[in-house]
Order: sequence, then C-alpha cells, then structure tokens
Amino acid sequence: MSKKIDISLTVNGERYVHAADTRTTFADFLRNDLRLTGTHIGCEQGVCGACTVLVDGEAVRSCLMLAPQADGASVVTIEGLCEPDGELGVLQRAFRKHHALQCGFCTPGILTTAHALLTQEPDADEDRIRDVLSGNICRCTGYITIVQAILEAREGYRERSRSTAMK
Amino acid sequence: MKLPDLDYIRPQTLTEAIDVLVAYDGEAKLIAGGQSLMPMLAFRLLSPKILIDISRLPGLDQIEVTPGGVRLGALATWRDIERHAELKIAHPLLAAAISHIAHYQIRNRGTVGGSLAHCDPASEFPALVTTCNADVVIVGLEGERIVKGAEFVLGAMTTGLAPDEIITQIRFPAWPKARRWGFEEFARRRGDFAMAAAAVFYDLDSAHRVVNPHIGVIGEADRAIRLKQVEDLLAGQEVDRQLAAKARTMGEQTAQPSDDIHAPANYRKALIGVLIERALAASAGIQLSTVAT
Amino acid sequence: MKLFQSDKLIGLSLERLEDERFLTGKGQYVADLDEPGMLHAAIVRSTVAHGRIVRLGLDAARALPGIHAIVTAADIQQPIPTIPLRLVPLPEFEPYRQPVIASAKVRYVGEPIAVVVADSRALAEDAIDLVEIEIESLPPVGDRDVDAGGSFLFEETGTNVALRYHATSGDPNGAFVAAEYTRKEMFQIQRHTAAPMETRGLLARWDESGQTLKLFGAAKVPYFNRRALARMMDLPETSLELIEVDVGGGFGVRGEFYPEDFLIPFVARQLGRPVSWIEDRREHLMATNHSREVGATVEIACTRDGKITGLRGEVFGDMGAYIRTNGGVVPTAAGMFLQGPYRIANVDVTVLALMTNKTPVGTYRGPGRFEANFFRERLFDMAAADLEIDPAEFRRINLIREDELPYSIGKRAPHLPEAIYDTGDYHAAFERCLKEIDWQGKAALQGRLVDGRYQGVGIASFVESGGAGPKETSRFVLEKDGSVTIAVGSSLLGQGLETTFSQIAGDALNLPVSALRIDHGSTARLSDGLGSYHGRSIIVGGSAVLDGAEKFRTAVIEVAANLLGRPNSELRFENGLVASETGGSISLAQIAASRRPEEGLLAVDGIFLVNKPTYSYGTHAAHVAVDPDTGRVEVLDYIAVEDVGRAINPMIVSGQAIGALVQGLGGVFLDHLIYDDQCQLLTASFVDYLMPTATDFPSLRNIALELRLSPTNPLGAKSAGEGGMVPVAAAIGNAVGAALKSLGAQPRTLPLSPSRVWSLIHERG
Repeated sequence: MSKKIDISLTVNGERYVHAADTRTTFADFLRNDLRLTGTHIGCEQGVCGACTVLVDGEAVRSCLMLAPQADGASVVTIEGLCEPDGELGVLQRAFRKHHALQCGFCTPGILTTAHALLTQEPDADEDRIRDVLSGNICRCTGYITIVQAILEAREGYRERSRSTAMK
Repeated sequence: MKLPDLDYIRPQTLTEAIDVLVAYDGEAKLIAGGQSLMPMLAFRLLSPKILIDISRLPGLDQIEVTPGGVRLGALATWRDIERHAELKIAHPLLAAAISHIAHYQIRNRGTVGGSLAHCDPASEFPALVTTCNADVVIVGLEGERIVKGAEFVLGAMTTGLAPDEIITQIRFPAWPKARRWGFEEFARRRGDFAMAAAAVFYDLDSAHRVVNPHIGVIGEADRAIRLKQVEDLLAGQEVDRQLAAKARTMGEQTAQPSDDIHAPANYRKALIGVLIERALAASAGIQLSTVAT
Repeated sequence: MKLFQSDKLIGLSLERLEDERFLTGKGQYVADLDEPGMLHAAIVRSTVAHGRIVRLGLDAARALPGIHAIVTAADIQQPIPTIPLRLVPLPEFEPYRQPVIASAKVRYVGEPIAVVVADSRALAEDAIDLVEIEIESLPPVGDRDVDAGGSFLFEETGTNVALRYHATSGDPNGAFVAAEYTRKEMFQIQRHTAAPMETRGLLARWDESGQTLKLFGAAKVPYFNRRALARMMDLPETSLELIEVDVGGGFGVRGEFYPEDFLIPFVARQLGRPVSWIEDRREHLMATNHSREVGATVEIACTRDGKITGLRGEVFGDMGAYIRTNGGVVPTAAGMFLQGPYRIANVDVTVLALMTNKTPVGTYRGPGRFEANFFRERLFDMAAADLEIDPAEFRRINLIREDELPYSIGKRAPHLPEAIYDTGDYHAAFERCLKEIDWQGKAALQGRLVDGRYQGVGIASFVESGGAGPKETSRFVLEKDGSVTIAVGSSLLGQGLETTFSQIAGDALNLPVSALRIDHGSTARLSDGLGSYHGRSIIVGGSAVLDGAEKFRTAVIEVAANLLGRPNSELRFENGLVASETGGSISLAQIAASRRPEEGLLAVDGIFLVNKPTYSYGTHAAHVAVDPDTGRVEVLDYIAVEDVGRAINPMIVSGQAIGALVQGLGGVFLDHLIYDDQCQLLTASFVDYLMPTATDFPSLRNIALELRLSPTNPLGAKSAGEGGMVPVAAAIGNAVGAALKSLGAQPRTLPLSPSRVWSLIHERG
C-alpha cells in the first residue's frame, strides 16, 4: 500500500530532492534517508521532544510529521545550528559553558526548541523558557543548567534581531 | 512503533478530499497537524489504507472576529490562536482554555478541527465546543451542514462526523463584553491532559444575579458535559463565597466520574468540585485562600 | 594510601571535551550507525503475564515480503542459554535465571518469544502483527503474598520466595524487650525505573571467515557481557569485540546482559548479515529493568530522650519474573542501608526476594538506598514526634560523630563482607544543610496553613557507598604525533569521564587536555576491565588512569634516558618534554618517532585494585507546600548537601547531583510502573509513565563539600553520581509529613501523587 513519493525540501540551507516512503515519519526520513542522524528519536509518540526540528521557522516534533508532509519545507536541524563559519553558535557555547548537557541525547531537540524560541522571543523570561521547555524531557540534567544557558544566550539573539531589524 | 502500511495523498481542494474519503469507504483517515493521529498510528491503534493530507487546503485556517462571534477555520492552529491579537478580548474563555493545551511544538501544528474530530474526553477544545454550544460547520458529499457542538461531541473519541465529512469551521456564539467567566484545570504536569477542568461562564442581570449559567466539566464522563444541577443552583443568585462553596459541594455530589490509573473516582469528584469553586471565584474576583492550580 | 596532590586541572570546572560533538549533532549513538547490508530486528513479546506457550503460528508472518527470518527457541541451541548473575551470584538464585528466549513458559508481559529480522523495522513490525501466539494462561502472581495463590513461576522450586536471609548485629531482641519506646511501621515504594532518553540498541556484525563478532551498543559492563556472550556462543572471548559508542544515559539499567544481547548476535551469525535492533519506547518500558518496588516493616527502639537502641526490619523486594544480572542487590542494599549514618548497636534485618509475573528488576541509581532511607527517616520523624523531640535534634543525638569513625555496621547479609563507614564529618554536613534551608527560621512554618496550603520542612541524612572493587584498568599509548591515547575500562554514559579522566591524566603527566584522548570504545583496547556502576568511575577508574599515567611517565623517562644518554635521575618530564638538568631535551613526538617499526607504539598498562567501597554522606532538606484540596505538593525549596571527598570537576559533580535529585523527585511524585491484577503493564508509554519536566522542580540547590578525603584511593574521591538521589524520598516524605501533621496524615507509601496525598488527608482510617 505504501509507496515512494518524491519530495523536495531545503535542510540547513541545502536543497534535497528525495523519495519519501508514505509510511515514514519525517524523523526517520531525516535520519535514515538524508543520514542527518543528529535529530534523535526518544519515544515516537510526540512526548519527549528529542526529535524537534524547525520547519518553516517553527519548532515541530518530527516524529509526528509524515515525511511527505515536509515537501516544500525549509528545515533546520541540529546540524544547521552552527555559525556559517562552522563555529559553535551562541546557544551552543552557552550550553557548554553551563554544563547544560550530559549524555547529549535530548540536546538536539532542546537546542532547536531554544533556537526557535529565542529567534522569535529574544526577551523570553525564565518562566516562559521553562514553559516552552516543558515539552522536552531530559533525564540527566534536571533542567536548571539548561535554563541558565538559554537565559545567557538571549543577549546574542537580541543582537541578532537588532542587526536583522537594521538591515 | 513504526507506522502501519499506508498510502498518502494530498488533495488540492475540499471536494477532492471528500471524493477520496468516499472512494476508500471508511478506510481512509484525514490528517492535518497529525498531533493526535500520528501517535495512534505509531501504536497501531488504527490501520487506515490511506492518509488524506488536508493541512494545506486553502482558506480553512482563518480566524475571524465578528459581531456574531468568533469563527475558527478548522485548520487554525493553537499557535495562530495564541498570536491573534483580538481573540483574547473577543472570547477570553476560549483563549484561556487553549493556553493550557499541550506544548510549544505541538501547538505549532495541532489544529482546532483535528482536536475536535479526535475528541479526546480530556481535551480542552471539544469541552469548549460543548460548553459554549458552538456551531460546527461540516462539509460532505451532500454539501454543507451545521451541527450544534453539544450534539456533535458524542463520547470518547466519537463525534457526529460521517465517514465522508470534513469539519471546515467552528463558530462560537457572540461573547458579551460584560460576561463573567472562569477556567480552571488540574493536570499532573504543565501541558498534560486535564485530570479535570471546569469552564464556567454566566451573565448578570440588572440586579447583579446570575443568568444563563454554563458549567462545563472535563473529567466527569466520556466527554465534557454541562452540570445542569450546578447551573440551576447558580441561576438567579449573586455569586459570592458561599455560593461558590455550595457549587463545589453540589458539583462533587453530582459528578460521577469513573476510576482510571491517574485518579480514583472519589478524588476526581472532589477535584471537580474544587475546580468549579475556583472557576466561580475567579469569575467574580473573589479571593479564596488558595493558590492557582 | 598516598594522596595524589597536583591540582592544576583537578578541581577545575573545565568545560567538557565531549560537548562539541553533542552540540553539533555529531554524536554517534547506536541507532545512528549504518552498515552495508544491514537488516533490522524486532522482538515478538509475550502479551500474557504467566502461561504455557501452546502454539506459535509463524507462516503468515514468514510469508511477508522483506522478512528474512523468524527465530524462536526451537532454532537456538539446547539447552537455551540463561543469563548469568554478575553481582553476588548466590546459589539460591540459580533456578530463577532467565533463558534468553521463552520456550515452554512465559513469565512476564514483554518476555521475548521470537525475533523477526527484516529489511526494515516497519516490515518486521508488520510481521509481528501476523504472528499467532496461543498461550494457556496460568494464574499471575502480583502481590506481596507470592505463595498464597499456589501459582509458581518455577514449578520445580515450589515457591516464589527466591531468597530469604537474616543478619544481626548486637542484641536486637534484648534491646526491644528493654526499650522505653518502640514504634513499628510499614512502608512501600512503587515500581519505577530509569527511563533514559535513549532506549537500548545493538548492532551485530558477524564475520564468517574470521569467526568473529563485532557488537555495537555495549555500555556499563562490556567485559562481563563479552565473557557471558562468548560462553553462550561457544567462542573464545578474543573473537568478540563489544564496542561502546555514545550512550544516551544509563542510570544502572543500560548495559546489563539482557536477552537481546544474545539474540541479536545469534541472528546476525545465522544470517551472515549485520543486524540492528533499536528498542522502541513501548518495548523499553516493559523490557528494560524495572526497580524500586521494595516494601518494609520497620521497627525502632529508643530511650525516652531519643537515643536509638535498636532497629529491626523486614524488607521485601519484588524482583519480577527472573533474577537477572544484578541478583538480589536491590532488596539486599535496602537491608544494608537501613541503618544509615546513625549509631545503632542492635540491628536485625531480614531480606526477602520475591518473584512475580512482572518485568525483571535490576539496579537503578542508588538501588535499595532510595528505599531504605525513606523507610528509616520516616520512622525517625514519627518516633521524634511521639517523643516530642525536634526532628533535627533526634538526628543530632544519633548521628555518628567523627571520633567514632571508622564505624562498622557489621555484616548486613551473610554473603557480604563487613561494612565499615570510613571518613567523614556527618555533623558538619548536617548542620550546613540545616543552615541552608533555614531550619530555625522556618520552625514557625511547620504545619501552618499559608494561603490555603500546608507548609512543612523535612530532613534526611544518608551514607552512600561507592567505588566497588576489585579493580579497573587503563592503557596509555603514545601516538605517532606525540599525543597520548588513554584506553579505559570505565564506561561513558554521559557523566563526563572524557573530561574528568583527562583532568586526572593531565595533572599526572603535566600535559594539557588537548594532548590527551580518552578511548572507552572497545573491549579490544584493553584485555580486561570492569565498567561504570556503583559510583566507581572516578574512584576506581580515575585511580587506574592515575596509575597508568605514573607508569607512563616512568616509561617515557626510561626511553628518553636511553635516547639522551643521561641517567633517569637527571631527567624531568614536564610540559610534554623530557628535559635533563644538564641541558638537552626530547619531546613526546620525538620519542614516538624514535620507535622502531617492530617495537610498535609505546604502551603502558595501569591498574587500580581496591577491595572495599568508600562512603560519601550528607543531608538533604525539603520545604514543601501541600494543597489539601487537590493533593498537589509544590517543592518550594530543596537543598542537597553531600561530601564527595574530592571533586575532580565541580561543575560535573553539580550536574550529577542536580540530575540525580530531579530523577529522585520524579520517583517521589511521578514515575510509576502500574500493573493491573492480571499483571498487565498499564503504563507502557510516556503518556502514562510520567517524568519531571522543566516546570516541575525549579527551586533546587546542591552543595558539594570536600570535607574528608576517602582513604581507599589516591584521588581521595568518594562517589558523586548517586548521592543526589538516595535521600530524596526521605526528605520529601518528612516534609509532607510535617506539613500535614495537624491532619494526622503521614506518608508511608509512594508515589506522593495528588490523588494519594488527597487520600491521605481525606480518607484516613
């Protein structure tokens, strides 16, 4: 019954045209078809948030999207969060500084979520950050250092949004 | 937990979508945001032959604030609603209830139509549709029809939607500016399904007494229902602490929830009473000596 | 024990070396691996808790396109291998060991019955849907009274009580007879588990010509697993390489030998193709070790002025359907840690291990301790209340003083050696905790109704053992470019060992961390090792690194002496150079370059042997507010104080403490594996199995002290990975008890979910 459908999409600035199986989730498509294994699968039922990626600027659970639904989308995954020169971005550096990760498994989903949040709301306060993060489960850190890292990264996103506004 | 074997189609128009539904005779499932459907497929609770992706059908995601009430296109997402500047004022109860729904990522994709069609007994949106008796606009092979919310929501995961039909819009009745309302929900964690919730609204006559009381409750039954006995208790009364306490007792006594792994029945009964009291207190600006749930 | 003194890197909160790859999506977890020709496995699992397998209908499943094999017990060598015991292999446990696949009987929902191998996981699951299984149900055993129903999991044993033993110190009977005050209570912790964010997974690659196996996805104890698997596959150990890649959390449950650890290599060998198996979350909750379902009846004897004279306890551990690698550690540890850091001369503990038709039980962070501390500290608060003594004062009277250390609690089990608490200032940690939570200042709040909620503050003290022996190993290799690779027997589970081991080696060799690379990857790098559990990685693993470093330094100087033509005594190794007092020096790169091809790379082995654990200790305090209308408990403030001896990297220690603390709070309020009366698991998804999220516990603090060094290892380190968790249930239980004192509601059972707290308040009697 399932079949392959060609979809075209942009992931981390790169254009892909690829056959997607109609019964495959977008998470599995990214990982197995595009070999972008930075996005992780923790539950396959849309609860843990490890599979979060950005689709057209919004954070979504890629395990709850069908691969064909990503046709025409502009996607950012963890692999696309570095600076253009390959250096770690402000959020990633803040995570390292604050020890906001331990095993690293939930980290891609948390980084993409935080990136989406700070891009849209660089002034998000601690309550808002915790509220948004409540959709991502971490078993290692207890969340405190993650929140600290995101709070610190805000300044970098404010600068970015100021300089974008000025353009 | 991989999806069962299924095909996929993305029709360009509503009519095309209906045609596919009809052609597959009950073996097709509509998918929009997929936030409720995809987990069911992952657990293989459903095995449709084909998924009909209606998420990009044009014109179905509009939010209109009109003098006749708020109209939500079936494909409007929770995020769209959150971002809509006027909605909080046009229908504050709706805005408040929706703010409890799920999490950031899910809110970006989940739709009002999807939530209503899925009809989980613990979901906030179907509860609002029932309590406010919103009009549900449906299109099928026979054309368009409108069903009252309270008649559309039939039970757990059960609506009045026929196999060839698609929800296109939900129309909430006009909301008077002076209307009093309260919404209280109790969940284990932020964004979890409600263990119980109370949506309360009423108007006041010239003597400051309750008219047109609505008490909608999640947690009592296999779908959100209005507690008539509590509404009758409120009608014609002034809302004060004593009335709120009486409503709590009445709510606890008349509710008949069942047991589940998250809450035994007697606890839920008590919780329903508490939430009714708190929602009433919030509606009237009464300070109970409690904190937010 | 000579203490290693250099502190240039040790003690610094260095940013972690491993973070770069995790932050950029370049971590390599087992599900990220891809091999040409790789097939995918899925496990057919029992949906019946207890029964006899009558028939398996596989034809329809086998006929599905893309299915390569469906393997059952009939296809595996007879007798079916059983999973060996790793910890404390008592003969009593032998009949209860798990066969790697079910053949005649099934004993828990989730037990493997068959393995399907297909072109994709989706196809394998399609095949599972077509497998017909006929099981003749037998009465399931789920309650504590396991023998009452006459239904036995292992008929030949005639009992579901796998183990029962008794340990005594002093004269407990005499103490209780003479006691001025006694109190007896029953407590129960609920079944829950670690639920790391990465589920289990394996990738097995069999090389037919070489008759060797490469197995990716190992963790925690790869050397033991290799030995066990080699025996099961009838191969020499050297033919098996178990490779640890990046691991998404362990917490005790990952890495032990499970049925799949045989089944997946078996099918890979049969088919001659690489086979990948990635556990999904639904499977994980029913197939990976459960823990914590321990109950106890505990009794205390005191003088009227609060001096404890005796402690008695009967501890029951629900072990699930089989005794797996951890043996009886969970209830045994609960018995062992019942006394805690207190002076009690007369102690009597009975421990029972009970078999039930549920998922088998293993160790989860702080096993038995989380439970024991709750039992004891709750009873202490109840006794203190009866005797009208302030709970803090009650602890002060009985907490072991430094001049009493080392303090022996005797043999807490017939099969265990004497347990001796080594160094510490328990009172200092205790008083520090009280100060931080403002115990004095908050006295007026105890049990008060504030804004409609009852407030309470609770405390709990603990000891925690760590650094189990007998050994750990390391291997230092001088690479061609002059960098140093350090292979370690320890297992990396997310706890930052790449960084902390580099700090230790860097200090020992006077090298920057950039010159070092930690290689934990494979059993092929080291001939033997043990792994990561029981908080041993720094204590034992770090000490093995230290030993290897010192031997490496000696070897480097020896080689340099020959090359420079100077005596060893004249040479110093600093900043990557071996330099002579009289001039002349040689770098590591030059030393590497000087090696003749037949010599190979310069490599040195390190080892650390230890035969007794060391003890960390501390006190936690919690301030809660309880809503009597809804049963919701809010944690307003929480302080965790622990003496870790020596913190190699304080930031990492803090991360462990807070992480453990939040997991512990999950265990108190949320995590719960619920079975119905047919022993069906009702919480097999993350919608029903709840864990803490970012909004649940925002107000927590930890303080790691370095008051007293451990005498067992040259680093002076005590364990730091589990202490954050072990007293959490105790502290919260006491806080809730204090809050609800006026209502007479006393927590004795976990979880403290809203409905249970409500029930405590409204449905007493």
